[in-house]
Amino acid sequence: MSELKLMKGNEALAEATIRAGADAYFGYPITPQSEVIEYLMAEQPEKRTGMIVLQAESELAAINMVYGAASTGKKVMTSSSSPGMSLKLEGVSYLAGAELPSVIVNVARGGPGLGTIQPSQADYFQAVKGGGHGDYKLYVLAPASVQEMSDFVEDAFDIAFKYKAPVLILSDGLIGQMMEKVELRPQKARRTNEELIADEGTWACTGKTPDRERNIVTSLDLQSEKLEERVHRLYAKYAQMECEDLRYEMVNCEDAEYVMVAYGSSARIALKAMELAREKGLKVGLLRPITLFPFPKKQLFDLADQVKGFLSVELSTGQMVEDVRLSVEHKVPVEHFGRTGGIIHTPEEILEALEQKIINNGTVRHHKTREQSIL
Amino acid sequence: MELLDIIKPENKVFCKTEAMTDTCLSYCPGCGHGTAHNLAMEVVAEMGIIQDTIGVAPVGCSVLAYDFMNIDMTQAAHGRAPAVATAISRLWPEKYVFTYQGDGDLAAIGTAETIHACNRGENIVIIFVNNGIYGMTGGQMAPTTLKGMKSSTSPFGRQEEITGAPIKMTELVANLPGVYYATRQAVHTHKHARKAKKALKKAFENTRLHKGISFIEIVSNCNSGWKMTPTESNIWMEENMFAYYPLGDIKVNGKLK
Repeated sequence: MSELKLMKGNEALAEATIRAGADAYFGYPITPQSEVIEYLMAEQPEKRTGMIVLQAESELAAINMVYGAASTGKKVMTSSSSPGMSLKLEGVSYLAGAELPSVIVNVARGGPGLGTIQPSQADYFQAVKGGGHGDYKLYVLAPASVQEMSDFVEDAFDIAFKYKAPVLILSDGLIGQMMEKVELRPQKARRTNEELIADEGTWACTGKTPDRERNIVTSLDLQSEKLEERVHRLYAKYAQMECEDLRYEMVNCEDAEYVMVAYGSSARIALKAMELAREKGLKVGLLRPITLFPFPKKQLFDLADQVKGFLSVELSTGQMVEDVRLSVEHKVPVEHFGRTGGIIHTPEEILEALEQKIINNGTVRHHKTREQSIL
Repeated sequence: MELLDIIKPENKVFCKTEAMTDTCLSYCPGCGHGTAHNLAMEVVAEMGIIQDTIGVAPVGCSVLAYDFMNIDMTQAAHGRAPAVATAISRLWPEKYVFTYQGDGDLAAIGTAETIHACNRGENIVIIFVNNGIYGMTGGQMAPTTLKGMKSSTSPFGRQEEITGAPIKMTELVANLPGVYYATRQAVHTHKHARKAKKALKKAFENTRLHKGISFIEIVSNCNSGWKMTPTESNIWMEENMFAYYPLGDIKVNGKLK
């Protein structure tokens, strides 16, 4: 049975992890995501489903515990916040290289360095442009509500096992800390070891039986041709993700002359800014990428034939805006607006930026630039 | 007597264990890793636990241990094997989980993972091969490099006032309550190898009984890194390494010796 509850985003995520039938969670406390491990410790999932929760000595140890659990085909998660996520990236690169299904959560805060404990979207580059070393990508889900903090856990596990790849849920301190009503999904049974061996026995380290060759989990290929082959295999998966598992949402884009692009907490605020704009008679729409990789490139490219400009709204100095520009291919102006350092922009600020950068000045500046290039 | 008359199953007195693959070892001639691998795998095969054993390979010379050990294995990031093994052991409590690590992996970059896995008393075997040098990267100084010992990053000999004293990991972890068995062994002679095998057997038995950490240090040579012949390196090891890292049990059945 599904269940309606009032919960913090972090708690909803933790509860959803138990309900998704996860086998283990390994974590290390860091604000603003500590409620995840606190909730799990208090809830004692070992008694509910047999799921194991362990507080590791560091984010490094936690991600490598994830690597160990995932090596045996178990359903495993870790979570952290920005500085801790930086520490995890070595392990994330190994997970990607060794093709291990796993779910990693970043409830992001402001940086660089120790930064602030306030919400931020400044980890976009880290999330979608690799972060760790080497040729790899992560499938990245960006929840914009407590409901999605809950729903995306099971979705993330499904994608992780579909592709045998690590999946990142990129949230932020705002979504993690706020309380909303959430409809929890029913409890899914954990796989038995027999079911696991039936599903993952071709590759997972479950103990070599006489009827099969040994299974080896590694990301090492000392022969360059072998490593190139591995990387091409990874990129074939990423191409498949782009075809089959892109997720996005469009609001009021049918008649829009201007479109804002925003994800996660920024999308909620941009939605309000869009309402204010519509009240003023401005035809403004919103495109919310739900997956940051795959990115809605084609949707933006096509929209560019219809709209006069895009405003990328992010809690950063402008990271996703680069992908919006790449997608739009210079058809129309693309600008960025966002507060950073843990400050959350208001709908009024966004609307003002939209009017100044895109609706009014944007076209004028664009025109001037053209004149200059003629001269 | 013809050779073919001698080569018969009934005359066989020794064979390679089924827990080792037929892959040619990639270690330098004279290196102790091959013997250490073989002893551990003989124990696994003799105990009949091949299908219940999961190994964790490190980064270092023995990174390719999974090429030689005929069991399921995962390869951890540098130093992280005890964390990887922790999760496997917790999720598969009836399995025999071991890490196989060198001195750089276990005693430098992975010190935190080593200490905390030992402190939690994870039910795993840690096989720690200490040859006092970084073999794979070409002979750099290790945390266990002896005082005055030359390496490519201590070309004039290790100076304790700059880099500290060589760390005695087995004595260090033996003080943690989670460690049930801590011993230091060698594998360069038959006598030593037989003792080391007994220690490994005891370690895997401890796992069977869910006793916590069994920490088996194997002091070994690195003739390539030490720039000696295999024979010279073994003599040097006996005279210098064993003097600083004395062989024998340090903790047995949870009690310090």
